[in-house]
Amino acid sequence: MIERPSGLGAEPTNEFLHQKEQWEAASARGKGRKGPGSGATDRTISDLPLKAIYGPEDVGHLDLARDLAWPAEYPFTRGIHPNMYRDRLWTMRQFAGFGNAKQTNERYHFLLAHGQHGLSVAFDMPTLMGYDSDAPQARGEVGKCGVAIDSLADMEQLFDGIDMADITTSMTINGPACIALAQYVAAAERKGIPRAKLGGTIQADILKEYIAQKEWIFPPRPHMRVILDMIRFCRDEMPRWNSISVSGYHIREAGSTAVQELAFTLADGFAYVEAGIAAGMDVDSFAPRLSFFFNSHIDFFEEICKFRAARRIWSRHLRERYGAKDPRSWQLRFHTQTAGCSATAQQPENNIVRVAFEAMAAVLGGTQSLHTNSMDEVLALPSEKSVEIALRTQQVLAYETNVTNVVDPLGGSYYVEALTDEMEKAAEEYFRQIDEYGGVIEAIEAGFFQREIADASYRYQRSLETKDRILVGVNAFQKPEDRTGIDLLRIGEEIEREQARSVSEVRAGRDAGAMQRSLDSLGRACSDPADNLMPHLIECVNTYATEGEIVESMAQVYGRYVERAAF
Amino acid sequence: MRRPLRIVVAKAGLDGHDRGAKVIARALRDAGMEVIYTGLFQAPEQIVQTALQEDADGIGLSILSGAHMTLFPLVVDQLKEQGAEDIVFFGGGTIPPEDAEELKRRGVREIFTPGAPLAEIIAFVNRECGERRELVG
Repeated sequence: MIERPSGLGAEPTNEFLHQKEQWEAASARGKGRKGPGSGATDRTISDLPLKAIYGPEDVGHLDLARDLAWPAEYPFTRGIHPNMYRDRLWTMRQFAGFGNAKQTNERYHFLLAHGQHGLSVAFDMPTLMGYDSDAPQARGEVGKCGVAIDSLADMEQLFDGIDMADITTSMTINGPACIALAQYVAAAERKGIPRAKLGGTIQADILKEYIAQKEWIFPPRPHMRVILDMIRFCRDEMPRWNSISVSGYHIREAGSTAVQELAFTLADGFAYVEAGIAAGMDVDSFAPRLSFFFNSHIDFFEEICKFRAARRIWSRHLRERYGAKDPRSWQLRFHTQTAGCSATAQQPENNIVRVAFEAMAAVLGGTQSLHTNSMDEVLALPSEKSVEIALRTQQVLAYETNVTNVVDPLGGSYYVEALTDEMEKAAEEYFRQIDEYGGVIEAIEAGFFQREIADASYRYQRSLETKDRILVGVNAFQKPEDRTGIDLLRIGEEIEREQARSVSEVRAGRDAGAMQRSLDSLGRACSDPADNLMPHLIECVNTYATEGEIVESMAQVYGRYVERAAF
Repeated sequence: MRRPLRIVVAKAGLDGHDRGAKVIARALRDAGMEVIYTGLFQAPEQIVQTALQEDADGIGLSILSGAHMTLFPLVVDQLKEQGAEDIVFFGGGTIPPEDAEELKRRGVREIFTPGAPLAEIIAFVNRECGERRELVG
């Protein structure tokens, strides 16, 4: 009996091979020609080698059923929903936050009124690092790259007039994520909305902080306990909430390649899965609540392949390595943001075009939600006008380009399948190296990720210097004085003073005894691994303990992380 | 033979964006300078202390968090207070042009924004910090 081939590349006939020989012989076709000024390169932006043309011989080793299958079927290379955007568009979710809670609340009302589906909270640096607005460390930073949230009072103001049961909210916060989640739950419950009805995501991905974003508070090992408590709490009490958004975005922004972003992010995801299993949890009880967050950079096909490879790798590891039985555990769901680091300060209007391409790559790669950057974010926080253009970019993509009509439209492309496969293999090689260190935390402590990323970002910068890569308006097609005509959003110094005053009013107006008792019980829970921190944290925020005070009582038990400085 | 230039590359405040600082640190090192990288979250006082202890010719400060109008002037004040205004103080980050002009008026020698060629930054440091080295020996 002859077995029917199930390979992706059809068995080439003699006629086809002859045709190919003739075609190659006719000229230097397919041999990596580069015409002067064509801008062609032999490598992706991540330094993966490229051929000038791909054919059946590049995908012959791939198996249709094993490697591609169908959308919504293992290994999910082609997407996690059977009809993808035909059933439901991605969620248009613009990240926003600046100044104080009142200003940001106004921006949220504006975004919701213009057709945005979900909210995404950007916190300011002091909030992200666990300092109150009147702390000396906060000087000059209050409200600058996000909204200042010191206590429950600010969280209540942030969601004033917004039906928290009707929207989903994403909160980008990591070190003090457990506190922000407690504040969100408390703010909703004060409006009469039970925590079980709240839908959304909290980033809470601490591992990538040590790897790339550097917004940590506690050292990695004690922080993993905080993460496990959040995972358990969400599993038991918040069925509509994603407990961690495992994030490659910041790894990429820190200068990694696409392959590093893919590999390091998934390695972090595996580390959370392993921690949960080691703590005695059934993998299927929490894995479906892990979601992902990727960057969409400017190398169009490489990004699409990265998203496809991510789904395939995650499902294979969850099913085969961790023994997950629930198909939802195998599905990698992800949010995408266009690459801030691909935007240029020179000729900033060009960023609108970059964002449009990057957004399309995310959609062709099957994203579940999308943030499109505003053209002026490389200069300052985005103005209302540029945020609107960014949102309209998604709407044009969704309703005019027709790319949403066919599921995984690039599936079967020789190039896309070959590159997807190559990225999967390159990621597996990184997993092997991380295993050699003994795991993600050990590799962090050894500085492995940090070094890999710094090397990659330096290589990239050099390639711009030598013009091996062209960046329009930066190392080619420059023009002088090109930053006029863009109105920037500025956060005044008065925000810092007002916010410092408002946090001191909160401190003055609360029941100090109740507040201190809640902090004491939190401190005891921090020393008792059998307890769960989340109920204690909710109690603390309800007594209007500030974020800085809560962090300080936790740091007394856990200590604070200090990175060895290296470049 | 003249000694190599010594440059402190610094990150201040709560800003964890260290990609640019690390790229600059490597580029200056590759250009033959001795580079001291402070690591993250340094107070302006600490940065100036480091520069004094290391006998640095220049300080390059990187800020991408929007706190530049607070933190750059604090470093300038510290340099004045320590009588160390000969140390060449420059910086970079997401800094709008009007702010860059204002900071230069207030004593920052140069501000480089995203996209500034490494060669330009290296040439600046060689020129300005080289002059400082000639003066102090």
